[in-house]
Amino acid sequence: MKKALAAAAIAAAGMAYAGEDAVLSVEGQDFVTKTAAPAHTENLSEIYSGWTFRSNETQALQLDDFDNPAFVFVDQAIDLWDAAEGSAGKACSSCHENVEDFAGLRTQLPRVDDGELVAMEDLINECRTERMGAEPWKWSGGQMTAMTALIGLQSRGMPMSVSIDGDAAPFWDKGKELYYTRVGQLDMACSNCHEDNYGVMIRADHLSQGQINGFPTYRLKNAKLNSIHGRFKGCMKNIRATPFKEGGEEFKALELYLASRAQGLSVETPSVRN
Amino acid sequence: MAKGVKPRVKVPKSAAAGDTITIKTLISHKMESGQRKDDDGNVIPRSIINRFTCEFNGQNVIDVALEPAISTNPYFEFEAIVPEAGEFKFTWYDDDGSVYETAKAIAVE
Amino acid sequence: MALTRRYFLVTGTGALAAAGLGLPALASATDDAIAAFTGGAPVADGGVTLTAPEIAENGNTVPIEVDAPGASEIIILADGNPLPGVATFMFGPMAAARSGSTRIRLAGTQNVIAVAKMEDGTFAKAQAAVKVTIGGCGG
Repeated sequence: MKKALAAAAIAAAGMAYAGEDAVLSVEGQDFVTKTAAPAHTENLSEIYSGWTFRSNETQALQLDDFDNPAFVFVDQAIDLWDAAEGSAGKACSSCHENVEDFAGLRTQLPRVDDGELVAMEDLINECRTERMGAEPWKWSGGQMTAMTALIGLQSRGMPMSVSIDGDAAPFWDKGKELYYTRVGQLDMACSNCHEDNYGVMIRADHLSQGQINGFPTYRLKNAKLNSIHGRFKGCMKNIRATPFKEGGEEFKALELYLASRAQGLSVETPSVRN
Repeated sequence: MAKGVKPRVKVPKSAAAGDTITIKTLISHKMESGQRKDDDGNVIPRSIINRFTCEFNGQNVIDVALEPAISTNPYFEFEAIVPEAGEFKFTWYDDDGSVYETAKAIAVE
Repeated sequence: MALTRRYFLVTGTGALAAAGLGLPALASATDDAIAAFTGGAPVADGGVTLTAPEIAENGNTVPIEVDAPGASEIIILADGNPLPGVATFMFGPMAAARSGSTRIRLAGTQNVIAVAKMEDGTFAKAQAAVKVTIGGCGG
């Protein structure tokens, strides 16, 4: 029913919309962009990658790694990987021989380490401050998003499979609560757009399910890589709320909850969105 | 030199003599249009790549004049003839006088 | 001469347009750019293929392609941008086709125009209307 409504809204607007039947395939690898929703996502029957909601032209940018402008930043991160920095005179590559060894990491983050919920950005900055003796990178800065893109790329095509039990359970509960809590002058929760109304038009745009399996994502809007928390911040501003802090407990909990809602979708990092 | 400028080019490694090949190029550049204003209302000066050229063994393939309406991270795709083995040379010219170059060799089967 | 309001408006906009400050290119600016390219020669319709999306999801990055067999140069213009010029492709002896693709900025819904100069000295033109949408959340 919901999809029928969505299709009607799209047809009425006459927007080019490849929709749920389009196939995302990059360099001979097929991606899961639509699958059955996980059991813990009780209000959705199917989950869709944000890619399915984009126009043909935007979708095409992700079909070829050369056409995908995000790879400019992946290239920059390859240089950063070997660049020694800080008092210890070390580079990423001093300890981690191959970035390929991080295959699978993106699918499992955020995770609980010693009772704390950590995102990929935390792990990178821990390396920088503890092992390299270097300054931490800004959460959504150019160097950080380039590096999370390079590391995330190693998991591309693998299904999202974050752990939500055990130690992670209280963080997941908190993230879920945030997802359904109305905030801001517009008094809206994440769910109002991304669960109740995905597929329909918000002005001239299609609302997605707000899935995070393609982050960091290159947005045509600002022509750079955008972090998950940066996107959360943008959404909160749009509903006239005071955003939580990037890298703070609230956003990390929300990231965990959203990662769990994407369970089974392929990692698309680095994706292209409008 | 503008910060973080990095060219990328995609050229097949080999071709048959006389073949037509597709070349793609992308360079990271903010392409500041000169139309935007900063928070204080001052116009941010134009700073773009204004010319891109591709040559094969010293002969021109394409020569493009760019205006501020070209998107951030300028992308071009075009076709070239490969009469013999050789080298494609790519050059981007920045408003600030910087010149960015890269080259790709191609073998003939 | 009395300084009338009309006089002020006319000269005022002229000066602003000359400085290229945020005003849309007037139709005449696009016509002027075409005339500068052709030297005033007649421009035929046909012979140029311009591929552009009917609706662009974001005006910041709009993919376009031009193809004009027999062309030595192709100029691309956008008639609703602050400045109409977009790019000029000049083809050399090693070009296998008189075609090229790029990504352009469109300040709003407008026409993209491609004018080709053929090797025989004639000119041909193609035009495509592109609707530029506004993102859902003001972005």
